[in-house]
Amino acid sequence: MPAEGGILLRRVFPVPPDAIDQAGQVSTEVRRLLRGLGAEPEVVRRAGIVCFEGEMNIALYTKGGRIVLVVRPEVVELLFSDRGPGIADIELVKQPGYSTAPDWARELGFGAGMGIPNMEKNSDEFHIFSRVGQGTVIRATIYRRRHDPG
Amino acid sequence: MTLAEVAAALGLVPLMEFDPDRRVRWGFCSDLLSDVLAHAQEGDLWITHQRHLNVVAVAKLKGVAVVCVRGLRPSPEVLDKAREEGVVILTAAEDAFELAGRLYHLLVGKP
Amino acid sequence: MTLYEVGELVGAEVLAGEELLDRWVDKGCGADLLSDVLAVTEEGFLLVTGMVTPQAVRVAEVMNACAVLFVRGKRPPQQLVDYAREAGIPLLATEKGMFEACGLLYGRGLRPTGFRHLSEYAG
Repeated sequence: MPAEGGILLRRVFPVPPDAIDQAGQVSTEVRRLLRGLGAEPEVVRRAGIVCFEGEMNIALYTKGGRIVLVVRPEVVELLFSDRGPGIADIELVKQPGYSTAPDWARELGFGAGMGIPNMEKNSDEFHIFSRVGQGTVIRATIYRRRHDPG
Repeated sequence: MTLAEVAAALGLVPLMEFDPDRRVRWGFCSDLLSDVLAHAQEGDLWITHQRHLNVVAVAKLKGVAVVCVRGLRPSPEVLDKAREEGVVILTAAEDAFELAGRLYHLLVGKP
Repeated sequence: MTLYEVGELVGAEVLAGEELLDRWVDKGCGADLLSDVLAVTEEGFLLVTGMVTPQAVRVAEVMNACAVLFVRGKRPPQQLVDYAREAGIPLLATEKGMFEACGLLYGRGLRPTGFRHLSEYAG
Protein backbone atom coordinates (compact mmCIF):
# COMPACT_ATOMS: atom_id res chain seq x y z
CA MET A 1 0.00 0.00 0.00
CA PRO A 2 1.69 3.22 -1.10
CA ALA A 3 2.36 5.81 1.60
CA GLU A 4 -0.08 8.67 1.37
CA GLY A 5 2.03 11.82 1.25
CA GLY A 6 4.57 10.25 3.56
CA ILE A 7 2.01 9.58 6.26
CA LEU A 8 2.83 6.41 8.13
CA LEU A 9 -0.08 6.55 10.50
CA ARG A 10 -3.08 8.78 11.08
CA ARG A 11 -5.50 8.34 13.94
CA VAL A 12 -8.33 10.46 15.25
CA PHE A 13 -9.20 10.18 18.92
CA PRO A 14 -12.41 11.75 20.16
CA VAL A 15 -12.21 13.32 23.60
CA PRO A 16 -15.78 13.18 24.85
CA PRO A 17 -17.28 15.78 27.17
CA ASP A 18 -16.83 15.22 30.91
CA ALA A 19 -13.98 12.89 30.08
CA ILE A 20 -11.91 13.73 33.11
CA ASP A 21 -11.78 10.19 34.49
CA GLN A 22 -10.63 8.79 31.19
CA ALA A 23 -8.20 11.62 30.59
CA GLY A 24 -4.89 10.10 29.69
CA GLN A 25 -6.35 7.30 27.59
CA VAL A 26 -5.37 8.96 24.36
CA SER A 27 -1.81 9.60 25.48
CA THR A 28 -1.46 5.97 26.52
CA GLU A 29 -2.66 4.86 23.11
CA VAL A 30 -0.47 7.39 21.27
CA ARG A 31 2.57 6.09 23.13
CA ARG A 32 1.65 2.53 22.28
CA LEU A 33 1.26 3.35 18.60
CA LEU A 34 4.53 5.26 18.45
CA ARG A 35 6.42 2.46 20.13
CA GLY A 36 4.88 0.09 17.63
CA LEU A 37 6.26 2.22 14.81
CA GLY A 38 9.71 2.06 16.36
CA ALA A 39 9.84 5.70 17.36
CA GLU A 40 12.73 6.78 19.56
CA PRO A 41 11.96 6.55 23.30
CA GLU A 42 12.53 10.27 23.71
CA VAL A 43 9.99 11.00 20.97
CA VAL A 44 7.50 8.64 22.60
CA ARG A 45 8.00 10.35 25.92
CA ARG A 46 7.62 13.87 24.59
CA ALA A 47 4.62 12.97 22.49
CA GLY A 48 3.05 11.30 25.51
CA ILE A 49 3.50 14.38 27.66
CA VAL A 50 2.27 16.76 24.96
CA CYS A 51 -0.72 14.54 24.35
CA PHE A 52 -1.51 14.16 28.03
CA GLU A 53 -1.43 17.89 28.68
CA GLY A 54 -3.50 18.60 25.57
CA GLU A 55 -5.99 15.93 26.51
CA MET A 56 -6.29 17.35 30.03
CA ASN A 57 -6.91 20.81 28.64
CA ILE A 58 -9.76 19.58 26.48
CA ALA A 59 -11.22 17.63 29.41
CA LEU A 60 -10.86 20.48 31.89
CA TYR A 61 -11.90 23.49 29.86
CA THR A 62 -14.17 22.37 27.06
CA LYS A 63 -17.15 20.22 26.30
CA GLY A 64 -14.99 17.80 24.38
CA GLY A 65 -12.97 17.77 21.21
CA ARG A 66 -10.56 15.54 19.39
CA ILE A 67 -6.93 14.72 19.03
CA VAL A 68 -5.40 13.82 15.71
CA LEU A 69 -2.10 11.96 15.53
CA VAL A 70 -0.17 12.02 12.28
CA VAL A 71 3.13 10.20 12.01
CA ARG A 72 5.51 10.76 9.11
CA PRO A 73 9.07 9.53 8.73
CA GLU A 74 10.44 12.86 9.97
CA VAL A 75 7.87 14.08 12.44
CA VAL A 76 5.09 13.28 14.85
CA GLU A 77 2.23 15.74 14.72
CA LEU A 78 -0.47 16.11 17.30
CA LEU A 79 -3.48 18.29 16.69
CA PHE A 80 -5.83 19.17 19.52
CA SER A 81 -9.12 20.73 18.56
CA ASP A 82 -12.18 21.69 20.49
CA ARG A 83 -15.23 23.91 20.29
CA GLY A 84 -14.63 25.23 23.76
CA PRO A 85 -14.60 28.83 24.89
CA GLY A 86 -11.50 29.75 22.95
CA ILE A 87 -8.43 31.50 24.29
CA ALA A 88 -8.68 35.25 24.50
CA ASP A 89 -5.01 35.96 25.01
CA ILE A 90 -2.65 33.37 23.57
CA GLU A 91 0.49 34.97 24.92
CA LEU A 92 -1.03 34.89 28.38
CA VAL A 93 -1.78 31.15 28.35
CA LYS A 94 1.80 30.49 27.32
CA GLN A 95 2.94 32.07 30.58
CA PRO A 96 3.73 29.50 33.24
CA GLY A 97 1.44 29.91 36.20
CA TYR A 98 -1.45 31.54 34.32
CA SER A 99 -4.50 29.41 34.93
CA THR A 100 -8.25 29.56 34.49
CA ALA A 101 -8.74 26.20 36.15
CA PRO A 102 -11.88 25.62 38.20
CA ASP A 103 -11.49 24.48 41.80
CA TRP A 104 -12.35 20.87 41.08
CA ALA A 105 -9.50 20.72 38.58
CA ARG A 106 -7.08 22.04 41.15
CA GLU A 107 -8.26 19.37 43.56
CA LEU A 108 -7.08 16.82 41.03
CA GLY A 109 -3.68 18.43 40.97
CA PHE A 110 -4.04 20.21 37.66
CA GLY A 111 -4.66 23.80 36.81
CA ALA A 112 -1.31 25.11 37.92
CA GLY A 113 -1.03 26.89 34.60
CA MET A 114 1.79 24.72 33.33
CA GLY A 115 -0.07 22.74 30.69
CA ILE A 116 0.50 24.85 27.61
CA PRO A 117 4.04 25.84 28.57
CA ASN A 118 4.82 22.15 29.09
CA MET A 119 3.35 21.24 25.70
CA GLU A 120 5.40 23.92 24.03
CA LYS A 121 8.55 22.87 25.86
CA ASN A 122 8.16 19.28 24.69
CA SER A 123 7.48 20.23 21.06
CA ASP A 124 9.80 21.36 18.31
CA GLU A 125 7.09 23.44 16.66
CA PHE A 126 4.02 24.69 18.46
CA HIS A 127 1.08 26.79 17.30
CA ILE A 128 -2.18 27.84 18.88
CA PHE A 129 -5.09 29.01 16.75
CA SER A 130 -8.06 30.18 18.71
CA ARG A 131 -11.17 32.31 18.53
CA VAL A 132 -13.18 33.24 21.58
CA GLY A 133 -16.62 31.69 21.40
CA GLN A 134 -15.62 29.24 18.68
CA GLY A 135 -12.83 27.04 19.88
CA THR A 136 -9.17 26.24 19.74
CA VAL A 137 -6.75 24.23 17.65
CA ILE A 138 -3.28 23.47 18.94
CA ARG A 139 -0.67 21.91 16.68
CA ALA A 140 2.41 20.35 18.20
CA THR A 141 5.20 18.92 16.06
CA ILE A 142 7.97 16.68 17.36
CA TYR A 143 10.93 15.90 15.15
CA ARG A 144 11.92 12.29 14.89
CA ARG A 145 15.49 11.18 14.49
CA ARG A 146 16.37 9.99 11.01
CA HIS A 147 17.12 6.35 10.74
CA ASP A 148 17.92 6.33 7.02
CA PRO A 149 21.22 7.74 5.83
CA GLY A 150 21.16 10.63 3.33
CA MET B 1 15.36 22.53 66.88
CA THR B 2 14.47 26.15 66.34
CA LEU B 3 13.31 27.43 62.98
CA ALA B 4 16.42 29.61 62.83
CA GLU B 5 18.65 26.57 63.26
CA VAL B 6 16.73 24.56 60.70
CA ALA B 7 16.79 27.43 58.21
CA ALA B 8 20.52 27.87 58.66
CA ALA B 9 21.26 24.15 58.41
CA LEU B 10 19.18 23.66 55.26
CA GLY B 11 19.84 26.97 53.56
CA LEU B 12 16.21 28.03 53.68
CA VAL B 13 15.57 31.65 52.75
CA PRO B 14 13.04 33.35 55.03
CA LEU B 15 10.68 35.71 53.21
CA MET B 16 9.90 37.70 56.32
CA GLU B 17 11.14 38.20 59.84
CA PHE B 18 10.32 35.52 62.34
CA ASP B 19 10.87 34.63 65.97
CA PRO B 20 14.18 32.77 65.89
CA ASP B 21 13.21 30.72 68.95
CA ARG B 22 10.15 29.35 67.22
CA ARG B 23 10.49 25.59 67.37
CA VAL B 24 10.09 23.07 64.61
CA ARG B 25 8.33 19.98 65.89
CA TRP B 26 8.42 17.86 62.74
CA GLY B 27 7.89 18.14 58.99
CA PHE B 28 4.79 17.86 56.87
CA CYS B 29 4.92 17.43 53.14
CA SER B 30 1.77 18.01 51.08
CA ASP B 31 0.18 20.11 48.36
CA LEU B 32 -3.34 19.07 49.24
CA LEU B 33 -4.82 21.58 51.66
CA SER B 34 -7.39 19.05 52.83
CA ASP B 35 -4.57 16.73 53.90
CA VAL B 36 -2.78 19.52 55.70
CA LEU B 37 -5.97 20.40 57.53
CA ALA B 38 -6.51 16.79 58.46
CA HIS B 39 -3.00 15.77 59.48
CA ALA B 40 -0.54 18.58 60.05
CA GLN B 41 0.31 19.42 63.63
CA GLU B 42 1.19 22.64 65.35
CA GLY B 43 4.89 23.35 65.04
CA ASP B 44 5.32 21.36 61.84
CA LEU B 45 7.34 22.81 59.01
CA TRP B 46 5.03 22.50 56.00
CA ILE B 47 6.81 21.71 52.75
CA THR B 48 4.77 22.57 49.67
CA HIS B 49 4.64 23.77 46.06
CA GLN B 50 1.47 25.73 46.78
CA ARG B 51 1.76 29.45 47.28
CA HIS B 52 -1.66 31.02 46.96
CA LEU B 53 -3.66 32.85 49.58
CA ASN B 54 -5.28 29.74 51.04
CA VAL B 55 -1.84 28.57 52.14
CA VAL B 56 -1.72 31.47 54.59
CA ALA B 57 -5.14 30.65 56.01
CA VAL B 58 -4.35 26.97 56.43
CA ALA B 59 -0.91 27.66 57.89
CA LYS B 60 -2.40 30.04 60.41
CA LEU B 61 -5.12 27.62 61.37
CA LYS B 62 -2.71 24.75 61.90
CA GLY B 63 0.09 26.80 63.46
CA VAL B 64 2.71 25.73 60.95
CA ALA B 65 5.48 27.55 59.12
CA VAL B 66 5.68 27.11 55.35
CA VAL B 67 8.56 26.27 53.03
CA CYS B 68 7.99 26.71 49.31
CA VAL B 69 10.17 24.37 47.28
CA ARG B 70 12.05 24.60 43.99
CA GLY B 71 12.77 28.26 44.51
CA LEU B 72 9.10 29.14 44.26
CA ARG B 73 7.85 32.22 46.06
CA PRO B 74 4.38 33.46 46.82
CA SER B 75 3.33 36.78 45.35
CA PRO B 76 3.89 40.00 47.29
CA GLU B 77 0.16 40.06 48.07
CA VAL B 78 0.33 36.62 49.65
CA LEU B 79 3.46 37.55 51.59
CA ASP B 80 1.76 40.69 52.91
CA LYS B 81 -1.15 38.62 54.08
CA ALA B 82 1.23 36.16 55.72
CA ARG B 83 2.95 38.96 57.62
CA GLU B 84 -0.41 40.32 58.68
CA GLU B 85 -1.47 36.91 59.97
CA GLY B 86 1.83 36.06 61.59
CA VAL B 87 2.48 33.18 59.21
CA VAL B 88 6.13 32.48 58.43
CA ILE B 89 7.06 31.52 54.87
CA LEU B 90 10.48 30.48 53.67
CA THR B 91 11.76 29.23 50.36
CA ALA B 92 14.17 26.46 49.38
CA ALA B 93 15.98 25.71 46.16
CA GLU B 94 15.49 21.95 46.49
CA ASP B 95 12.44 19.99 45.48
CA ALA B 96 10.14 18.45 48.06
CA PHE B 97 11.71 15.01 48.02
CA GLU B 98 15.19 16.26 48.79
CA LEU B 99 14.06 18.87 51.28
CA ALA B 100 11.96 16.32 53.15
CA GLY B 101 14.93 13.98 53.15
CA ARG B 102 17.31 16.54 54.55
CA LEU B 103 14.86 17.92 57.09
CA TYR B 104 13.94 14.43 58.26
CA HIS B 105 17.55 13.58 58.93
CA LEU B 106 18.22 16.88 60.56
CA LEU B 107 15.34 16.36 62.98
CA VAL B 108 16.05 12.69 63.56
CA GLY B 109 19.72 13.45 64.13
CA LYS B 110 21.29 11.01 61.71
CA PRO B 111 23.99 12.03 59.23
CA MET C 1 17.16 -0.08 45.92
CA THR C 2 14.53 -2.47 44.63
CA LEU C 3 10.82 -1.78 44.89
CA TYR C 4 10.67 -4.67 47.30
CA GLU C 5 13.06 -2.84 49.61
CA VAL C 6 11.06 0.36 49.18
CA GLY C 7 7.99 -1.47 50.40
CA GLU C 8 9.82 -2.90 53.37
CA LEU C 9 11.35 0.43 54.31
CA VAL C 10 8.12 2.39 54.44
CA GLY C 11 5.93 -0.49 55.52
CA ALA C 12 3.91 -0.44 52.34
CA GLU C 13 1.31 -2.83 51.05
CA VAL C 14 1.77 -3.85 47.42
CA LEU C 15 -1.47 -3.21 45.54
CA ALA C 16 -0.30 -3.97 42.01
CA GLY C 17 2.83 -5.19 40.27
CA GLU C 18 3.86 -7.87 42.75
CA GLU C 19 5.84 -9.48 39.96
CA LEU C 20 7.73 -6.24 39.28
CA LEU C 21 9.16 -5.69 42.73
CA ASP C 22 12.69 -6.45 41.64
CA ARG C 23 12.71 -3.23 39.63
CA TRP C 24 15.53 -0.95 40.62
CA VAL C 25 14.86 2.66 41.55
CA ASP C 26 17.31 5.40 42.56
CA LYS C 27 15.25 8.58 42.23
CA GLY C 28 12.18 9.89 43.95
CA CYS C 29 9.63 12.61 43.36
CA GLY C 30 7.31 13.72 46.14
CA ALA C 31 4.37 15.65 44.77
CA ASP C 32 0.61 15.77 45.11
CA LEU C 33 0.06 18.11 42.20
CA LEU C 34 0.29 16.29 38.91
CA SER C 35 1.38 19.47 37.13
CA ASP C 36 4.60 19.20 39.15
CA VAL C 37 5.10 15.56 38.21
CA LEU C 38 4.68 16.50 34.54
CA ALA C 39 7.65 18.84 34.94
CA VAL C 40 10.06 16.05 35.92
CA THR C 41 12.88 15.67 33.41
CA GLU C 42 13.90 12.10 34.16
CA GLU C 43 12.39 8.65 33.94
CA GLY C 44 12.32 5.58 36.13
CA PHE C 45 11.64 7.50 39.34
CA LEU C 46 9.44 6.51 42.25
CA LEU C 47 6.41 8.78 42.42
CA VAL C 48 5.49 9.42 46.04
CA THR C 49 2.10 11.03 46.18
CA GLY C 50 -1.05 11.60 48.18
CA MET C 51 -3.04 12.17 45.00
CA VAL C 52 -4.81 8.85 44.83
CA THR C 53 -6.59 9.28 41.51
CA PRO C 54 -6.59 7.58 38.11
CA GLN C 55 -4.86 10.67 36.72
CA ALA C 56 -1.91 10.06 39.05
CA VAL C 57 -1.41 6.61 37.56
CA ARG C 58 -1.80 8.00 34.03
CA VAL C 59 0.78 10.65 34.75
CA ALA C 60 3.14 8.04 36.17
CA GLU C 61 2.67 6.10 32.96
CA VAL C 62 3.23 9.07 30.66
CA MET C 63 6.33 10.07 32.62
CA ASN C 64 7.72 6.51 32.57
CA ALA C 65 7.90 6.44 36.34
CA CYS C 66 9.12 3.22 37.92
CA ALA C 67 6.26 2.89 40.38
CA VAL C 68 3.78 4.84 42.48
CA LEU C 69 3.82 4.96 46.28
CA PHE C 70 0.62 6.32 47.79
CA VAL C 71 1.06 7.89 51.22
CA ARG C 72 -1.06 8.96 54.18
CA GLY C 73 -2.92 5.69 54.37
CA LYS C 74 -5.02 6.43 51.33
CA ARG C 75 -6.29 3.48 49.38
CA PRO C 76 -7.23 3.72 45.74
CA PRO C 77 -10.46 2.39 44.24
CA GLN C 78 -10.29 -1.05 42.64
CA GLN C 79 -10.66 0.39 39.15
CA LEU C 80 -7.45 2.32 39.59
CA VAL C 81 -5.62 -0.77 40.83
CA ASP C 82 -6.92 -2.79 37.89
CA TYR C 83 -5.71 -0.16 35.47
CA ALA C 84 -2.26 -0.10 37.04
CA ARG C 85 -2.02 -3.87 36.81
CA GLU C 86 -2.98 -3.78 33.17
CA ALA C 87 -0.53 -0.98 32.44
CA GLY C 88 2.29 -2.67 34.34
CA ILE C 89 2.72 0.07 36.92
CA PRO C 90 3.55 -1.14 40.42
CA LEU C 91 1.45 0.45 43.14
CA LEU C 92 2.41 0.56 46.78
CA ALA C 93 0.56 2.19 49.65
CA THR C 94 1.85 3.20 53.07
CA GLU C 95 0.22 4.59 56.19
CA LYS C 96 3.15 6.93 56.63
CA GLY C 97 2.98 10.54 55.60
CA MET C 98 4.92 11.90 52.69
CA PHE C 99 7.46 13.61 54.90
CA GLU C 100 8.44 10.42 56.69
CA ALA C 101 8.31 8.28 53.54
CA CYS C 102 10.56 10.68 51.62
CA GLY C 103 12.80 11.06 54.63
CA LEU C 104 13.34 7.32 54.91
CA LEU C 105 13.84 6.84 51.17
CA TYR C 106 16.28 9.71 50.97
CA GLY C 107 18.17 8.22 53.88
CA ARG C 108 18.44 4.95 52.04
CA GLY C 109 19.96 6.68 49.04
CA LEU C 110 17.13 7.72 46.73
CA ARG C 111 17.90 11.07 45.17
CA PRO C 112 15.66 13.80 43.76
CA THR C 113 14.79 13.99 40.08
CA GLY C 114 15.49 17.01 37.93
CA PHE C 115 12.64 19.37 37.16
CA ARG C 116 12.03 21.86 34.39
CA HIS C 117 12.71 25.18 35.99
CA LEU C 118 9.95 27.70 35.60
CA SER C 119 12.38 30.00 33.85
CA GLU C 120 12.91 27.33 31.21
CA TYR C 121 9.38 27.96 30.05
CA ALA C 122 9.98 31.58 29.26
CA GLY C 123 10.21 32.68 25.68
